[in-house]
Amino acid sequence: MDYASTREEALARIAAAQDLDALEALRIEFLGKQGSISGLLKTLGAMSPEDRQTVGPQIHALREGVTEAMASRKAGLEAQVLEARLANETVDLTLPAPEAPRGSVHPVSQVMDELAEIFADLGFAVATGPEIEDDWHNFTALNIPESHPARAMHDTFYFPDKDAEGRAMLLRTHTSPVQIRAMIEQGAPIRIIAPGRVYRSDSDATHTPMFHQVEGMVIDRGIHLGHLKWTLETFLKAFFERDDIVLRLRPSYFPFTEPSVEVDVGFALVNGKRVLGGSGDAPGHGWMELLGSGMMNRKVIAAGGLDPDEWQGFAFGVGVDRLAMLKYGMDDLRAFFDGDARWAAHYGFNPNDVPTLSGGVGTAA
Amino acid sequence: MKFSLSWLKDHLETTASVEEMSAKLNAVGLEVEGVEDPAAKLVGFKVAKVLTAERHPNADKLQVLTVDTGDGQPLQVVCGAPNARAGLVGVLGLPGAVVPAGGFELKKSAIRGVESNGMMCSTRELELGDDHDGIIELPADAPVGTAFADYHGTDPVFDVAITPNRPDCMGVYGIARDLAAAGLGTLKPIAVQAVPGSFPCPLPIRTDDPDGCPAFFGRAIRGVKNGASPQWLQDRLLSAGQRPISALVDITNYVMLAYGRPAHAYDLAKLSGAIFARRAVDGESCLALNGKEYTLTSAMTVIADDQGVHDIAGIMGGEHSGCSETTTDVLLEVAYFDPVRIGETGRALNLTSDARARFERGVDPAFLNAGLAILTELIVEICGGEPSEVIQAGAPPAGTKVVAYDPVLSEGLGGVAIPAERQHEILASLGFAADENWNVAVPSWRPDVDGAADLVEEVVRIHGLDNVASVALPRVDGVARPTATPVQKLERKLRRAAAGRGLNEAVTWSFLPEDEAAAFADGNGGLWTLANPISEDLKVMRPSLLPGLLSAARRNLDRGATSLRLFELGRRYLRGEGGHSDERLTLGVVLAGEKTARGWATGKAASFDAFDAKAEALALLAEAGAPVDNLQVMGEAGAQFHPGQSATLRLGPKTVLARFGMLHPALLRQFDVDGPVAAVELFLDAIPGKRGAATFARPAYAPPALQSVTRDFAFLVDAKLPAGDLVRAVKGADKANIVAVRLFDDFRGQGVPEGQKSLAVEVTLQPAEKSYTEAELKGIAEAVTAAAGKLGAVLRG
Repeated sequence: MDYASTREEALARIAAAQDLDALEALRIEFLGKQGSISGLLKTLGAMSPEDRQTVGPQIHALREGVTEAMASRKAGLEAQVLEARLANETVDLTLPAPEAPRGSVHPVSQVMDELAEIFADLGFAVATGPEIEDDWHNFTALNIPESHPARAMHDTFYFPDKDAEGRAMLLRTHTSPVQIRAMIEQGAPIRIIAPGRVYRSDSDATHTPMFHQVEGMVIDRGIHLGHLKWTLETFLKAFFERDDIVLRLRPSYFPFTEPSVEVDVGFALVNGKRVLGGSGDAPGHGWMELLGSGMMNRKVIAAGGLDPDEWQGFAFGVGVDRLAMLKYGMDDLRAFFDGDARWAAHYGFNPNDVPTLSGGVGTAA
Repeated sequence: MKFSLSWLKDHLETTASVEEMSAKLNAVGLEVEGVEDPAAKLVGFKVAKVLTAERHPNADKLQVLTVDTGDGQPLQVVCGAPNARAGLVGVLGLPGAVVPAGGFELKKSAIRGVESNGMMCSTRELELGDDHDGIIELPADAPVGTAFADYHGTDPVFDVAITPNRPDCMGVYGIARDLAAAGLGTLKPIAVQAVPGSFPCPLPIRTDDPDGCPAFFGRAIRGVKNGASPQWLQDRLLSAGQRPISALVDITNYVMLAYGRPAHAYDLAKLSGAIFARRAVDGESCLALNGKEYTLTSAMTVIADDQGVHDIAGIMGGEHSGCSETTTDVLLEVAYFDPVRIGETGRALNLTSDARARFERGVDPAFLNAGLAILTELIVEICGGEPSEVIQAGAPPAGTKVVAYDPVLSEGLGGVAIPAERQHEILASLGFAADENWNVAVPSWRPDVDGAADLVEEVVRIHGLDNVASVALPRVDGVARPTATPVQKLERKLRRAAAGRGLNEAVTWSFLPEDEAAAFADGNGGLWTLANPISEDLKVMRPSLLPGLLSAARRNLDRGATSLRLFELGRRYLRGEGGHSDERLTLGVVLAGEKTARGWATGKAASFDAFDAKAEALALLAEAGAPVDNLQVMGEAGAQFHPGQSATLRLGPKTVLARFGMLHPALLRQFDVDGPVAAVELFLDAIPGKRGAATFARPAYAPPALQSVTRDFAFLVDAKLPAGDLVRAVKGADKANIVAVRLFDDFRGQGVPEGQKSLAVEVTLQPAEKSYTEAELKGIAEAVTAAAGKLGAVLRG
């Protein structure tokens, strides 16, 4: 029998099969139970060993050749089918993808995290206290007795309530009462910052009845004005990430510090905006008032339960909203407290921009 | 405190420039808020001479002038001043000049049909005085054509902020003293000529309130003529921003501004009997110089005569007994009032004045006689008259204090080493006297100094704070230690988690309108309501974060926002123990408007629903470390919420960690918000803290050797049965094998009997050592069915 021509014919027909159904029909015709090649294999059993020796391999070769061609043709046809299907599955990828809302962190929160990061490196912990305070913590303990003119200057919000000790309840006018609480709770030596909400009965273009302050306090042996100056310089350089920050210290007055020092920082006017850096006396520069500070008054240290002959310290306070505005360019304080989602989208921070010292605490625009 | 350069130079011999003075004032703690040169406002005004003056053809009261401005081309100017006449030399404002009073720009114009090329100006128009009866008349030899600013001369005005501890610098003399001490010139001593009296004071003077008014010195001057004060005096007062009134009033004001010594001049003719300090009688009233009637109390000191109150002592004089143009005899009052009393009275009456500001900070108790002498001398010089003898009723406090000092403190506290001799010199230049043991006598005008630290401040501020070198704080070895407390870490993490979930952080007011706060009050002892709110909208401390967020949402929606996801992390203010507040850390979320906008793939816009609120609540609680798998969903989110679409998340029956759901439509109406709005409030203070010390290593973990298997169960249950109950029951059916139960279907309708629903759960089973046998699986299934059966659930066929 001419297996070669059988093979030729089978291969030709396989190659000509136009779809998987036709190919399957050929598989049954050649290799199915009743198939022609299967039939040839069955003839081997009736042959003499000699014939089988010669014919057997030929039949097997025929079967393998056909099987192989069948598989290869099948793969080709399947690829064609897939291609045709995919051609139908084309989508317009210029259509918009599902939107995910984008959230943001408020600049005040971001700046408070930055402050915590910087001051942690200097060994300061973050302390807190109540915003509804009593007048002893807010005033008396800070050397502002009832008759003191400074008390009136604070534009205090009062509640009609008194606490169990008869102290008038009020909204804290500064974060300084946290100094007293921290001294009483933790003793000395101590280094803290105390950020938080404070309240003054004052409202105009640049003042809101609620705003944020951060208090700083260091008490230790032998702390003096030079340490205060270094701390403020170091903090501001780290916060604004500029080495050319120049401070001007001016004598001032706060009842809770003695000596008291107001701190100005030099800035340049760049396109009508104040950019911190350089001496305020340089051409095109000016000074702006930024911080109040001083060596802690002995009476305040004593009010905190510490011996003022043993311990000395300094304290400072600065507006957090103000720091945020100076660093990140907002110019309207009122917008901080409006909850405008458009403002949040513009000035808010990506939550993944966590302030770190290694990355620089600030987040670039 | 404002004063001119020439005034300062009355007291300070100096060659320093204005810039040097400003810098030094700042350096010694007298903050310069501005330096203004009044001449700068006089640009465009010239000395000019009226050549002719003719009646205006169309107006009786106007004249048409020709005015020589020095360039040989006379200008025609229409003028209404009665004193305008040919030959007068005055001040002409040219077109383009801005008139200081009123701030309008002069233009070439036609007045009643006659062209006018400028304006002849009055004193008041140039803010050089109060005279507006006619135009300025300069001496006939004033150089015509010169800029008036040059002719008038420049006298810059300093505006200096005086801190409340420095009453001595509420007079120009005190400022001069500081500048002299700082090396900017020489202080001129005060020339006090005691003016002897020629007759006894016609009225008895006494103080019946030695606490409130320890000293009342006074004398009469008779035969004075009270007219306008001389120009130099008017100029001084104008530089200080004060309006000249009459010589007598101006002189008392001048002495106050020059020496920080308030005084009062009464019209003697209006006093009867004696004049004395006493306590007011409750309900007594006084019409003050500002035209307002004040009702007084017995806690206030007044100056009175036999008829009644004439003066709210140390704060403001009375309308009735003040000096007027007809005054011929005056009585001078130079007193010392208790600073505390003055402050209390001023606050109680809500009345501020220059006198109060000085008395309440503490005037120099040793300057009563000098003040009276200076006043007398000026009055006699300017108004004429004959002074009486002086009556000194009572005595001011001694004002002598001695402070123990040690010069090493300049370095130990002030951070700068200054030689002892130099410190001695600085203190002396400020009026302090140190003996050889450094016991330092404090001058009577420095009530603020009472300790060594105060002297450090004096020495260091005059030496210069610039000379304080920065010194690094000691640093602990190695890397900085962590400082954040668990609550601070929680707050930071949660804030960023919320923002990471697409929420925008808002910071809203701590105080609310009363009705909005009341709508969220939980009855926990009542709200904190301010006694003196700045407005009705900012009155009551928030008992919840939701009202502030809801108002923020309304503002956003009103501005056209379509989708809002806001959160705030802050305190809510409750009542605590002992009359204190209880301020609790809270996270509020408000979801308003569209959850998803209409889309090509999603179709119509979708609103937020209660499950969005639940998702935020659970996700954020998980971030906060709450055991979310053990939380129960229970009712009672509060009256602010939709009663059927809200719930609380509780740990056990009592501890509420959060509430969430849709807000009540009635509440939304109250807040003027077009609903629906979903909201969440997380009570972070209720989340239990981690027990024990934190460790970094996690518990050991080995993945199970065998794969888990799942089985689905569908139950028919009562339509009212909470799905969560079924899930919990199934979960508890075989705790060893069931590791998860997920509800995936809630079906009602065809095939489900009325009043029932079909709930389907997927149960995940985790085999341990070996695979489950059919019998084991059957056993578990039976346990599940039995557990569900206790809730009335029937397995669906």
